[in-house]
Amino acid sequence: MKFMLIMRATDDAKLAYENTPFAEIIQKMADYNEALVGAGVLLSGDGLADDLSEAFVVDFAGDAPIVTDGPYGETHELFSGFWIIEVSSTEEAKQWASRAPLGAGSKLEVRRVTDMSDFADFADTEGFKKQQALRVETGKD
Amino acid sequence: MSDISCTVDAVWRIEGARVIATLARVTGDLGLAEDLAQEAVADALAQWPASGVPQNPGAWLTAVAKRRAIDGWRRRERLDERYRALAHELDDSVDGADAWQPIDDDVLRLVFTACHPVLSREAQVALTLRVVGGLTTEEIARMFLVPVATIQQRIVRAKKTLGAAKVPFEAPDPAEWKSRLGSVLGVVYLVFTEGYAATSGDTWIRKDLANEALRIGRILAALVPREPEAHALVALMELQASRFGARVSPTGEPILLENQDRTRWDHSQIARGRAALARADALGRGRANYALQAAIAECHATAPSVEGTDWAQIVLLYEALSQLTRNPVVDLNRAVAVSMATGPASALLIVDRIVDEGSLRGSALLPGVRGELLARLGRTEEARSEFVTAASLTANDRQREVILAKIEQL
Repeated sequence: MKFMLIMRATDDAKLAYENTPFAEIIQKMADYNEALVGAGVLLSGDGLADDLSEAFVVDFAGDAPIVTDGPYGETHELFSGFWIIEVSSTEEAKQWASRAPLGAGSKLEVRRVTDMSDFADFADTEGFKKQQALRVETGKD
Repeated sequence: MSDISCTVDAVWRIEGARVIATLARVTGDLGLAEDLAQEAVADALAQWPASGVPQNPGAWLTAVAKRRAIDGWRRRERLDERYRALAHELDDSVDGADAWQPIDDDVLRLVFTACHPVLSREAQVALTLRVVGGLTTEEIARMFLVPVATIQQRIVRAKKTLGAAKVPFEAPDPAEWKSRLGSVLGVVYLVFTEGYAATSGDTWIRKDLANEALRIGRILAALVPREPEAHALVALMELQASRFGARVSPTGEPILLENQDRTRWDHSQIARGRAALARADALGRGRANYALQAAIAECHATAPSVEGTDWAQIVLLYEALSQLTRNPVVDLNRAVAVSMATGPASALLIVDRIVDEGSLRGSALLPGVRGELLARLGRTEEARSEFVTAASLTANDRQREVILAKIEQL
């Protein structure tokens, strides 16, 4: 079973980070990543840039998509990074998620990543096949 | 299953190998370490519902196991010096439970010991899945479609054999390193191939087995990052597993490569597999057995279709592989590649040579391939006869169905 661990950080978390030596933050993250790799469960993971000047939002509410500076909503609970792990049960995902080196003001939302068996009923629809073909072209998710 | 059982099982998967490895290093006895670990797990099942899951479950389990070891030895009437000294040493270290720092080296020792050559392959597999994989005996039994008691006995005997042979809890000497590592990789790959193309039972693919092998393979690659074959094995498994979604129909029928919907291949997994092969190559020591196999799998994984596959490259890789391994199964696969690159006639020459050598007698693969080639050459009656032989030789229901379908198509 694949799970995505989605990091959300509030302003409180940012404050906490400012009060902690950067090297310590990096080390704890590195240790956690190493633990995931060492346990053979990490499939991928990345952080999202803090500098929001490159962030934007596309809104599909109207006839044409509208691009504005992002991210949307207020900056509390900003999506700041993710891991994708492969484990044998939801319980195991809970265990790993609980070990993430995050402090007060941070939350981890964990969602199961779908695989082929989730779409067995829809596998023959045109749209689904096209989406799969796109995955072939780009070579990765 | 109760909540606490699920939690303990999950914790054990994550921490088990390191707990057992630490205990084995301290006691010098893998069998004893595994017994102590099991008792600690029983304690966890009893105590955690009330006390909650500890902050550092691995440290808790290790500390509890060590205490049991000490108590057990103290209770014995005539303790010899070795146990007294061990009890004393453990006693000192138990209080530092929160600062428990498991060492990777210990897990490496564990892997090598569980795959020690004095053990039969079956024993190596069961013991490795148990102590390195952290699987329960029930899970292992289910994976191999045998009774739980069979696995329990296999593990008990394995521990006794290690004791009787006085196998030290150590990583191998440099002189033995290569062959011992080969043994470990072989165990992992054995589990994978059982999952990739099951030799018995009624399902074509056992995903649970394949995924366990992949996980243990990744663990191993992280433990010995400078070993190209460790990365290459991971690459091979990722690339082969990437086709699982397309190899079986929704109703469980096998789908052969030429009929697979390639959009159903897991392209993330292919990317991971290619990255692992690149890591092996980056070590600059050339390609050995698993790397060559992975490179062949990569050719398939990156091809748009059977016709668009670089068969000439695959033939080259198989030639290199047969030089290295002198394995009739490799030669058989080489024959299939030659039939795609050059034509069935040249391939049949290779297959007939294998038949003459008599090495694959009893395998369904050989008559299966020979039947294919004969069919393509228009020698229909001979092809039929080979397929009938193949169907009678396979123990896997799904594989038999595939062969019977080929007879229909003649």
